[in-house]
Amino acid sequence: MSTPLFLLRSDNVAARRIGDELMIMFARDSSLFSLNETAALLWDAADGRTPLAEIVARELCPRYDVDAATALRDATELALGLAERGILQVGERPFADAGDAA
Amino acid sequence: MSSPAPLHHLDIGIGGIQVRLRTTSPEFIALMQARFRGFTGHVDAPDHVFDVEIVPVDYVEDEALDGISTEVRVLRDGPRWRLLCGDFDATWTPGTGRGTVRLHPSPYSLDSVLRILHTVLLAGQGGMLMHASSVMLDGRAYLFTGVSESGKTTISRLAPPDAHVLTDEMSFIRLEYGAYYAYGTPFAGELATPGENLRAPLAAIHLLAKGPDNRIEPMGPAEAVRTVMANVLYFARDDALTAQVFDNAIALAAAVPVRRLTFFPDARVWDLFGTTP
Repeated sequence: MSTPLFLLRSDNVAARRIGDELMIMFARDSSLFSLNETAALLWDAADGRTPLAEIVARELCPRYDVDAATALRDATELALGLAERGILQVGERPFADAGDAA
Repeated sequence: MSSPAPLHHLDIGIGGIQVRLRTTSPEFIALMQARFRGFTGHVDAPDHVFDVEIVPVDYVEDEALDGISTEVRVLRDGPRWRLLCGDFDATWTPGTGRGTVRLHPSPYSLDSVLRILHTVLLAGQGGMLMHASSVMLDGRAYLFTGVSESGKTTISRLAPPDAHVLTDEMSFIRLEYGAYYAYGTPFAGELATPGENLRAPLAAIHLLAKGPDNRIEPMGPAEAVRTVMANVLYFARDDALTAQVFDNAIALAAAVPVRRLTFFPDARVWDLFGTTP
């Protein structure tokens, strides 16, 4: 069984939903990103305490016609990409300071 | 013992915000008076007062004013802001309305300080400075934004004779009692002349592109926000203020139509503004 991953929304970005888009702006350089539907689902669920596998099972599998293993693999790749950009934090343990993110 | 040099002052009012500069240099005051013509005039109670120290360009003992760095830094330190670049070093406390500026004797240096000052002030009030020309026609203001060479100056040059160019470079937008207004600014672009010191309700914002004909197309809400955000002038690396700027852009894009304007660069483009509400 693979190591569980936990996601937490970065606190140095501002996120706003405009129409059906979730837009993210970075304080450091005012750069702007639009998240696709799946990324937005991860953002919304990234409370720092819920394992990614549980988010996938709860949010992604019922929505998309995809098996859990494939969905988890794709979601992991997406989460790591978002972490690389600084939009999410990804860790192997629940985030201690996740109280406000839930 | 010699007496201190007398202080001269100049009041510059842009967008209804009065800034007083105090300096011992009458030459600098004269230079600024020319630069900001149409936007100067004594006021009894300025909103902000800056003591200005002119630092010679060849004064090399000052680390901040190296004359080389082009990176603008806008930093918050408690109640005070510091605005820095290679040719100016300013501090300012909005709460007291007091500040100091050390700068090279160039109108561009003070121009930069004033622009930055207004970006911070307007962000806290729901407004913004935007890279855009703005033209007032029939009592309403139209903004034209876009990348360099997209036609911001061109379209203001093509405006009808009864129109007023508020700026060909840097638009000043204020939120007043729930409505947005565009103000004239002295911040000039290619026209190299200050805008007219007038104010009008903001009718629409247009993202410019040159093309074979003239047409206006609507934008979706997210694209409208992206357009506004891409053209807001903003420097501060400050989480709270950055979020405020983002929210201001969202609110502006929700309240004022943001459209794509493709235009052929002749005066007929202005016919669109008689027919588009």
